[in-house]
Amino acid sequence: MQRRVFLKSGALALVTMGLSPSFLQRTVMGMSLPRAARGKTLICLFQRGAADALNVVVPFGEKAYYSARPQLAVAAPTRTAGALAAIDLDGFFGLHPSLAPFKPLYDRGLLVPVHAVGSPSASRSHFDAQDYMETATPDNKGTRDGWLNRLLAVEGTCEANCTPSSPFRAVSMTQQTPRILDGASPVVAMNSLEEFSIRGGGGDAAARLEALYRTGKADLVHGSASEMFDAVKLLRSANPLQYRPANGAAYPRSPFGQRLQQIAQLIKSNVGLEVAFADVGGWDTHVNQGGAQGQLANRLGDFSQSVAALVLDLGDRMDDVVILTMSEFGRTVRQNGTGGTDHGHAGAMFVIGGNLAAQRTVLGRWPGLEREQLFEGRDLTLTTDFRAVFSEVTARHLGGHALDTVFPGYGARQQEWLGLLPSR
Amino acid sequence: MLPSSLHPMSSLHRRAVGAAMLLFATAGAATAQSSAPPAGREQTADQQVHHVLNRLAFGARPGDVERVRKMGVDAWIESQLHPERINDSALTQWLTRFPTLGMTGEALIAKYPPPGQQLVRIAARQQMAGGAASRRGTPGSAAPSLTREDSLALAQSARDAARVTAEISTARVARAVTSERQLLEVMTEFWANHFSVFTGKQQTRYYIPEYDALIRTHALGSFRELLGAVAHSGAMLYYLDQWQSVADSGRRTLAQPRVAQLRPAQRAAMRRRLTPEQQQRLDNLAARRPRGINENYARELMELHTLGVDGGYTQQDVMEVARALTGWTLARGPQGGGFQFRAEVHDAEAKTILGQTFPAGRGEDEGERVLDLLASHPSTARFIATKLARRFVSDEPPAALVERAAATFTSTKGDLRAVLRTIITSDEFFADAAFRAKVKTPFELVVSASRALGGAPDATPRSAQLVARLGQPIYGRQTPDGYPDVADEWINTGAILNRMNFGLAVGANRVPGASVQSWSVAKELRNAPESAQVDGLVRALFGGIVSPETREVLISGTNPLLTQVGAGADSLFATDDDPDMMTPPANARARVRTRNANAPTMTPAEARQAARRNPMATLPALTGFPKLVGLAIGAPEFQRR
Repeated sequence: MQRRVFLKSGALALVTMGLSPSFLQRTVMGMSLPRAARGKTLICLFQRGAADALNVVVPFGEKAYYSARPQLAVAAPTRTAGALAAIDLDGFFGLHPSLAPFKPLYDRGLLVPVHAVGSPSASRSHFDAQDYMETATPDNKGTRDGWLNRLLAVEGTCEANCTPSSPFRAVSMTQQTPRILDGASPVVAMNSLEEFSIRGGGGDAAARLEALYRTGKADLVHGSASEMFDAVKLLRSANPLQYRPANGAAYPRSPFGQRLQQIAQLIKSNVGLEVAFADVGGWDTHVNQGGAQGQLANRLGDFSQSVAALVLDLGDRMDDVVILTMSEFGRTVRQNGTGGTDHGHAGAMFVIGGNLAAQRTVLGRWPGLEREQLFEGRDLTLTTDFRAVFSEVTARHLGGHALDTVFPGYGARQQEWLGLLPSR
Repeated sequence: MLPSSLHPMSSLHRRAVGAAMLLFATAGAATAQSSAPPAGREQTADQQVHHVLNRLAFGARPGDVERVRKMGVDAWIESQLHPERINDSALTQWLTRFPTLGMTGEALIAKYPPPGQQLVRIAARQQMAGGAASRRGTPGSAAPSLTREDSLALAQSARDAARVTAEISTARVARAVTSERQLLEVMTEFWANHFSVFTGKQQTRYYIPEYDALIRTHALGSFRELLGAVAHSGAMLYYLDQWQSVADSGRRTLAQPRVAQLRPAQRAAMRRRLTPEQQQRLDNLAARRPRGINENYARELMELHTLGVDGGYTQQDVMEVARALTGWTLARGPQGGGFQFRAEVHDAEAKTILGQTFPAGRGEDEGERVLDLLASHPSTARFIATKLARRFVSDEPPAALVERAAATFTSTKGDLRAVLRTIITSDEFFADAAFRAKVKTPFELVVSASRALGGAPDATPRSAQLVARLGQPIYGRQTPDGYPDVADEWINTGAILNRMNFGLAVGANRVPGASVQSWSVAKELRNAPESAQVDGLVRALFGGIVSPETREVLISGTNPLLTQVGAGADSLFATDDDPDMMTPPANARARVRTRNANAPTMTPAEARQAARRNPMATLPALTGFPKLVGLAIGAPEFQRR
């Protein structure tokens, strides 16, 4: 992976540029922090473990779906099937019943599913496939940084002679910096906002610790610490602990729900958040996956309630937000011997935003599920490269350019874009 | 493993010049080593002592430096390579307080039935007792109504299940802190991470005590035997679903299932003896019975345990290995039981694996031959050599050393002691560039702090919980790749903050295994002048080797770089009376309430409770020597080994 470059961060960097750290505080109070074009934010949510796309966005119009999954298939929507059937979207696809909170978003044009999308790599290794999705260079393990980090480096809203960007420009609500945000641009990784402070220790303990690390060395340990001290100060001045969700949004008490609430807090605190990331596990359903109810249904319930609460909470600010959900690959069309599904190929994503061009439709070309239509005779065939989605969102939502740098070997293939967002 | 750990890192290597520069050896600077191997050992005698205690042990305990110096570094290494000759009876005796440690998974499941199984038992009892009442519902689907006794039993069962995990994690920390067989513990940690299993996956946790023990047994032995022991272990069979993988329908199996051996009339007669509910349960069970292979273990066996992701296998190989291993299962499934080979679900047809033909009908032995093939493969030698060199030398270990270690692996048929000797006696190991080149993992940070302070083993789970809070729960990695062993994975803005808070928590005497109060060094230095205290701390915690800046900041509290430009005045940190800094996260709501009422943020009882939950949550003001300890453990040098 690429070594972080810390030269531009930290109080010393500010000082050399003629600014004191209190500048940061003033800008927060005045809400005039440098921000991305029109204050846009991209939120990426990773479902780690390979979510079973065929039971997430259910192709109930496919006979082969039901013959391949006698125990796992979700019933087609009918008047009598009720809450245990798919929720009809367009007469062919339906949402898993646990995704009910997504239906009003779909109806209001705030959410579109993309089906048969994913990595062109044939790898069925979780780790490789997650890496490929996070580096956006399928089958190339030489890429060291993540595409979200590269996009921050070239986005160009805060380069050259503009003021230093916010330490909260990129935030990962994870213990460790995920691969997708690894790289040269500064990133804050944290479990929760509340934990993000030096806790007591005596009057000058924090200042002394700061002195121990602000020695001008630019290695990983010192650089991360310098960024941290900047970020802690900024966060304190924004005081996100007094947060109350808006519009009656009720986040689940789950770790995932709480992390999404904190992303909303950061957005509404105006600390300059441009890219946020969170992940959620439990999708590797090899055994007893369940159908309309069961293991996968429970995961989907938490997932959709959390995301729907975030959308509701952000309200009008959704006009400047895009949420992208992703998972490393889909799962086998056929159920396996243990009531589950094994590692497959193409999957499904959700694109959620207040300013979508595509509305009330399921995007992507459906390849079919008959045996001869399957990838390697067993998995959903891929018809949309995930980079088509990533690059369109990067360009049209964040105003990112230099797509050749963000998506090396792929670049700006506008002909592959799905028309998710209005052109700028 | 994460493929990221295989990537060659960018070489920003600057050769350290002079003793002071050497202390700047950083992850960025020390990962790639100069192409020419060092001639002889570059580290000074003092550095070598500090180095081996930080790499082959979890840091120095009081007196260790003198002991290693007296014995000689090389003699000490050789003694650590032979743990069987080291007396560790005090620890063994201490560990008898944890009854679950010596128990098999089967015994633990019997003694502490999982809550799910308890529910099934309660439901079955109600069905038998309830008669007509229960028949109205759909069989097996209605949740049983719980009596008060049932609820209590279920709650107890959940606590018992948690106890198994708590005891094994507590024991792992205690062993790392106090075992005399330090290298054996380092290697146990290494292999438990290489063959990572997750305590949170259903019944896996019950098998972890025996798993931990088998890994320790083989940690310095033969790789093939270790691999075999893992393959037969309940923990791995359960965690990667192998126990449920059976021959695909249509494949010839080695034997007929017992039911199929009965004549239809016999089967019908048996069925008539059952009640309708029992017949229904039997049918439900039959519907849930595994039918077909599950590739999960077969894939990780090659990708993570032996060949490595680029080791030269295909999806076809994964499926063929999975077929070869069908029938490797647990004697009584989720009820526990040890390894069992079940001929009636073993795919008996021929297979081709990595180009080698496995003839039909070889049965259980076929799986053993697959393990032989994988353990002796050149890709495995290179993969294991790379990971070991990364653990002991640097994130990006010198290629020549990896080659020599791989050659030892091959020539000794996977003798792990010999491979290790090649690495830890090499000039690359004792190179300047390797000194403090590794960032401590959270486990290493907590354990090394305990050791430095001469702590007694912590019999409570709190030290293990601290390790988890810092990001590395023991047997808590959900994915089978284990925790990455490179600095980038452990250091980021959030992690570095937690490490500083950990240091302050040690200073505040909040970490049970690292008591400042009873530390011998503290007793000596308590009334000494501050500069003498700093010197004593630098000796005790850093082997006397520390950057001039760190010493200066510890003594004067100021950093010349910062004060020159007046940035210190902008430090916005809270002082002791700031409520935000003194409030545990879990109490966020309560804090708002009490602040509005203009009352103290927490009652003393609340504060004690919060401190038990998270020793780093809220800390008292520190002054004098304890503050220096907190700062020193929070300092950059203590984050490295």
